[in-house]
Amino acid sequence: MKNEFLCVVCPNGCLIDAEFTEGKPPKLIAFEGHKCQRGEVWIRQEIENPMRTFSSNVLVENGNCITASVRTTKPVPLARVMDIMDEIRKLYPKAPLHVGDVLLNNPAGTDTSIIVTREVEQTR
Amino acid sequence: MPERIKKDLIIIGGGPAGLAAAVAAKKAGCRDLLLIERDKMLGGILNQCIHDGFGLHRFGEALSGPEYAQRYIDMIHELEIPVALNTIVLSMNDHRRVLVSTMGSLQEIEAGAIILAMGCRERARGALSIPGNRPSGVYTAGAAQNFVNMENIMPGKRVVILGSGDIGLIMARRMTLEGAKVEAVFELLPYSSGLPRNIQQCLVDYEIPLHLSTTIIDIHGMDRLEGVTVAQVDEKRTPIAGTERFVPCDTLLLSVGLIPENELAREAGIELHPVTGGAVVDDSCMTSVRGIFSCGNALHVHDLVDWVSEEAERAGVNAAEFIRAGQDEAARRTVEITPGCGVRYTLPQKAVPGHDTPLAFRVTEPSRNGVVQVLDSSGGVIAEETHARLHPAEMVWMALKGEQLAGLERLEVRVRP
Ligand SMILES: Cc1cc2nc3c(=O)[nH]c(=O)nc-3n(C[C@H](O)[C@H](O)[C@H](O)COP(=O)(O)OP(=O)(O)OC[C@H]3O[C@@H](n4cnc5c(N)ncnc54)[C@H](O)[C@@H]3O)c2cc1C
Ligand code: SF4
Repeated sequence: MKNEFLCVVCPNGCLIDAEFTEGKPPKLIAFEGHKCQRGEVWIRQEIENPMRTFSSNVLVENGNCITASVRTTKPVPLARVMDIMDEIRKLYPKAPLHVGDVLLNNPAGTDTSIIVTREVEQTR
Repeated sequence: MPERIKKDLIIIGGGPAGLAAAVAAKKAGCRDLLLIERDKMLGGILNQCIHDGFGLHRFGEALSGPEYAQRYIDMIHELEIPVALNTIVLSMNDHRRVLVSTMGSLQEIEAGAIILAMGCRERARGALSIPGNRPSGVYTAGAAQNFVNMENIMPGKRVVILGSGDIGLIMARRMTLEGAKVEAVFELLPYSSGLPRNIQQCLVDYEIPLHLSTTIIDIHGMDRLEGVTVAQVDEKRTPIAGTERFVPCDTLLLSVGLIPENELAREAGIELHPVTGGAVVDDSCMTSVRGIFSCGNALHVHDLVDWVSEEAERAGVNAAEFIRAGQDEAARRTVEITPGCGVRYTLPQKAVPGHDTPLAFRVTEPSRNGVVQVLDSSGGVIAEETHARLHPAEMVWMALKGEQLAGLERLEVRVRP
C-alpha cells in the first residue's frame, strides 16, 4: 500500500510518500520526501507503531464541576488507546482535584500516567 | 439609574485573549483595570477544549485547554487583577462607556481604554442552507464539545459531521473514544479546512472516512434525526445529480466555521472588516475608535491559542500606553495593508511606519513551496519568503521591520503567481 504522510516532527512539515505492507502491524517498505533523519525515524514509527497522546473526562464526586478533564502524560501505542479508555471510565475521584494530580499509573500496561487537567473544588 | 464608575481599563471577555491582555496591561503599569467575564469561571472556550496541543510555542509543552488557561488564571491571581465574573457587558458606545449587568444589577463604566476579547461563535444551521426537517440531534460541534466535556452528556451514538474544521475533527475522535460510531466527515471544499495533524490523529487513526467535495442536501427524521442525504458537488459547489446517497445517523455535528463576536463593536460604530468579521485594526490592535482595542478570536479566528495570547499581550501593552500618554500623532498616519492575489485577509490592516509589525495573513488555497511577498505601491518587493506548505487553515506570519514601512502609503501582501 502507498500513502502520503505529513511529518509533524518539525514545522517544515515534509510530505513523505511511504509504501508499506498491509497487515497488523504494517511494515514500512520504502519512503521518500523526508528532509532529515528524524523524519525517517518518525515515518517508521508512524507506520509500524504509531504513538498518541489523548484526553478524556472522569466523573468527580463532590466537585463544583461534575467532570474533570484528564490526559496522558506520554504517548501510548494507538492500538492501546481503547484499553486505557476502559480503565479511565472506571475512575470516580473525589474533589478537590488539582492540575497534575495523578489518577492512574501505567494503565493497560503502558508507560504513561493519567493526570487531571482542571482544577475542581469541593462543594460544601 | 445605574451606578456610575470610572476605570482606566476594562477588558471584555475572560478567555485566553482577555487573560493575556489583562496580565500584559498590568505588567505595563496599568493599575486601575477590570476583567469582565459573563461566565462563572475564567478561561473561555478553552475550558471545553480538553485535548492537548496547546502551548507548544508559549510554554514548550503540549497542554490541554484547561491547563493552558490555568497558567494565565494563576498569573491573574498573582498580579491581583480584579475580575468580575457572572458579569455581562450589555452595550458599549464610542465614548468608551459600557453598561454592565451582574445578576440583574446594572452599572455604567466610563473607561480610559477598552480591550475587546469576546471570542467567536460558531456558524449554526441557520447560517447554512440545508433544507429538510428540523429534528433534534443537530448540533454545532462546539455545543457537542460542551455537552460531552463539561456536562458528561453524549448527544448520540451514530454521528455524521458536516465540515472538516478542527473542532469537528476533534469531536470525531472524542465521540469515538466515548463509544459512538462516527460514520463520516463531509466537506464541501476540495480540501480539508482542518490541520493535517488533526486529520491524521482524529480521523485516519480511527478509520473515519473524510469525503471532500461532498455536502449534505437533505435532513431526515421527524422528532429525532434519522439520517442525511449527501451528494458530491462540482467546481461551482452545486450538487451533482445521481451522486446522492442516504447515510443513517442520529446525530449531525456542524463544524462549518467560526464568526468573531462583535455585536458590541458594531454598536459602538467600530469599523468591521468584511472578510474577517472582526474590527479593522492597526499594529497596536487599536480599532477605528480611539482607545478601543481588539484581540483574540473577536478580532479574527485564530488556529493556535498561542498566537491569541501573543496578540492579546500586544493589545494589553498598547492599551496601557494609550492610557498613560494618549495616542501619539504619528500613529494617525498609517500604511494600508491590503491582501493581493492568493491572500484572503491580513492582520493588521494598517501599520504605523517605524513600528515593527508582526504581519499575519491567510492564503486562499493550499500550495507547496509558495513564495509570499510584500509589495509597495509601485510593485517593488519589500519582503519575500518561501514556504514549504501554505494552507488556508494555517496562519502565515512575517515580521516586518519598522524601517521597511517608512515612507510608504500602501502595502500589498500576495502569493507570487
Ligand atoms: C467550540 C470551539 C472550539 C475551539 N477549539 C480550539 C482548539 O481546539 N484549539 C485551538 O487552538 N483553538 C480552538 N478554538 C479557537 C479558540 O477559541 C481560541 O484558540 C481561543 O480560545 C480564543 O480565545 P479568546 O479569548 O479570543 O476567545 P474565547 O475563549 O471564546 O473567550 C471569550 C470570552 O469572552 C466572554 N464574553 C463574550 N462576550 C461577552 C460579554 N458581552 N460580556 C462579558 N463576557 C463576554 C465569553 O464568555 C468567553 O469566556 C475553538 C473555538 C471554539 C468556538
Ligand atoms: S522530515 Fe525532518 S525536516 Fe522534514 S518535517 Fe520531518 S523532522 Fe522536519
